[in-house]
Amino acid sequence: MTRKRRRLYIIISATVFLGGATALIVGAFRDNLVFFFSPTELTERQTPIGQRIRLGGLVEEGTFVRKDDGLTVSFFITDLNQNIRVSYQGILPSLFREGQGVIVQGKLESHDHFIADQVMAKHDENYMPPEVADALKKSGQWKESAQ
Amino acid sequence: MIAEFGHIALIFALTIALVQAVVPMLGAARNDERLMLVGNTAALGQWIFILIAFFALMNAYVTSDFSVANVANNSHSAKPLIYKIAGVWGNHEGSLVLWVLILSTFGGAIVLFGGNLPPALRARVLSVQALVAIGFLSFSLFTSNPFERLAPAPLDGVGLNPLLQDPGLAIHPPFLYLGYVGFSIAFAFAIAALVEGRVDAAWARWVRPWTLVAWSFLTIGIALGSWWAYYELGWGGWWFWDPVENASFMPWLAGTALLHSSIVSEKRDALKAWTILLAIVTFSLSLLGTFLVRSGVLTSVHSFASDPARGAFILGFLVIVVGGSFILFALRAPKLRSGGLFAPVSREGGMVINNLLLSAAAATVLLGTLYPLFVDALGAGKVSVGPPYFNTVFIPLMTPLILLAGIAPMLTWKRSDLAGMFARMRVALGVSFLVLFWFVYQKWGNTVFGALGMAISAWLAVAVLWDWVIRVRLLEGSLTGSFSRAIRIPRSTYGMMCAHFGVAVLVAGITASSAWKIEAIQVMEPGDSVSVAGYEYLFQGVSQTQGPNYSVDRGHFVVTRDGSLVTELWPENRFYPVQQQPTTEAGIHTRWNADLYAVVGDPDGQGGWSTRIYHNPLVVWIWLGAFIMAFGGVLSLSDRRHRIGAPRRSQDSLPISASRSRTAH
Repeated sequence: MTRKRRRLYIIISATVFLGGATALIVGAFRDNLVFFFSPTELTERQTPIGQRIRLGGLVEEGTFVRKDDGLTVSFFITDLNQNIRVSYQGILPSLFREGQGVIVQGKLESHDHFIADQVMAKHDENYMPPEVADALKKSGQWKESAQ
Repeated sequence: MIAEFGHIALIFALTIALVQAVVPMLGAARNDERLMLVGNTAALGQWIFILIAFFALMNAYVTSDFSVANVANNSHSAKPLIYKIAGVWGNHEGSLVLWVLILSTFGGAIVLFGGNLPPALRARVLSVQALVAIGFLSFSLFTSNPFERLAPAPLDGVGLNPLLQDPGLAIHPPFLYLGYVGFSIAFAFAIAALVEGRVDAAWARWVRPWTLVAWSFLTIGIALGSWWAYYELGWGGWWFWDPVENASFMPWLAGTALLHSSIVSEKRDALKAWTILLAIVTFSLSLLGTFLVRSGVLTSVHSFASDPARGAFILGFLVIVVGGSFILFALRAPKLRSGGLFAPVSREGGMVINNLLLSAAAATVLLGTLYPLFVDALGAGKVSVGPPYFNTVFIPLMTPLILLAGIAPMLTWKRSDLAGMFARMRVALGVSFLVLFWFVYQKWGNTVFGALGMAISAWLAVAVLWDWVIRVRLLEGSLTGSFSRAIRIPRSTYGMMCAHFGVAVLVAGITASSAWKIEAIQVMEPGDSVSVAGYEYLFQGVSQTQGPNYSVDRGHFVVTRDGSLVTELWPENRFYPVQQQPTTEAGIHTRWNADLYAVVGDPDGQGGWSTRIYHNPLVVWIWLGAFIMAFGGVLSLSDRRHRIGAPRRSQDSLPISASRSRTAH
């Protein structure tokens, strides 16, 4: 086999692989991108109900309620400008607390009620997820001392 | 005072690295032996001074010297000694010192074990190694000085993030760094070869063991991190496609490709430019990983204090390294003449496909990890790319790769025939179909992906074993003959078999634990029991105790099966008063075929506790598989040919046929 011929084979197979991989990625991307919203953005924009999104902010003080089944909880997420009620069934992460930054992933059930299937309150208590910090900055409620 | 000694030692190391970067390179260009030898002395000096700095920092931690800012911010007098030591690298500044220590250790190792390396090549490699060291030493000294003093010194420290106070995580960073930094040696060899303008089999023979070392460490480092996430985060999962996980996984994928292509370069003198490119890409991905993890652009347990100056520094360094080496590659690569020709169906061909699949996989992870950053930088909103994306993309890429891993070792170099190969694969094919049907039958109504995954795993495992059976001719001739053949198989071949077998074990673990995992969340009062996957979990309640530097709410489950005791589980919720931070410790009982995994959540206020129980089939196979893979790497490394290192250049002018007969196994 000549050098040229071999190179041709390599190029052809590489192109096929690249094409396949690209098709895979584009397809997978379209379906699996999850957008982040703050409570204000969620209220102002007409976010489609049922779309998978992330919502972040502070857990509003005094809004945490545990239902009678002991597993379902609800609380409000606020950016100190707007707030939205969130329901979640399952065990909360150990860092979850009122007044702390939190990100939830799930779907809007109605325009004022969010059903979360994942609650993320990570890592350490001084830490504010950057998304949440941005959301607070946007709502004009950011205080340097809050960090 | 000792902290100041450490600081000065770091400055000395930087100065020495500056000399080491310039003088040997100059010597190699002028063919001046004396200048080239400066590299040896400098590399050892650099190593000794960084070692001094490292121990100075460790001394500050062990003696709890809170006048050092780094210690005050990351340690606490009440912390157990092992975490005081691990605390040295449990923070940004200290982990950088560990990084440069490992980097200079590898540099020293080149001097110590590279006696038979051509002097000019060694001089250039040491120069490049010093350039990398300059980058990281100045990063450490100018943006993240670990020896900065605090006045007045606080009475006690802030403590280490409790999530990091864990034996698995204490040794995770050193292993990961040994991997990342090990690839910098392959990188140094690649750049040196480009500067020199030639790549030959001796070069590849040198790069291969270094890549093996780095790859084995990185494999263990990633496995440790995943294991930690499994038992410490209490979510029952072991891989989350979190950006920081991806940051270590990308160099691993590229490094695995490099491992394979360097074999082709060594044995067949082909794919040389590609191997060089992979060495550059692998190290660049290691740097990118460091940038992502350290700059605070990502949200994770690794993003210690985020400081824009640091992010900018690493980004700048990354641009210089990647840009510079790619320009050099573009200028020099066309001059690298490619050697051994091969047919598409050949072992080389198999390696090319392996490389394409692994590179595509690395690229998809890169895209999924960086895309949210791009979107954010463009101000187009915040997005996240979650596990579904990675799973969708990864499974179609990994499936052919694993099938190929069963086939390729049976192909001969240069030219091979498909028919003969298929004849040899009959057994593996038969077994994997049996496994497929068995799992489809057993788990009917369940996902078919699980059965497919198990079949693929069986395919690879049987192919590896069958390959060995054929090589030693176990089924023909005498047993003694087979035995003597088995002994004569080189250890690097056994290493390859071992690593591939580890992949099969890993795939079985991943498949079973994803496809047939059972999760049960409920509220339980003491005395309640719940049945999960045939195991009865009796909840005995929660009691309170004290750990060395935390308080514990400890749950208690008694697990029985068909009335007989299996185990007792003690999941914990710890609270660290120093940091005011809780952590979760899952209660785990590992069996060969499944993990029984329990977590206790919050009390419901009416005498009950929310509890979460997972049944994770074969999950321990994941880490077992990873360790078998790493062991394969070490086994391969112990091969005589790797141990001796590169033969002298003069041997490479031997006719190709001679070198082929040596590697005909």
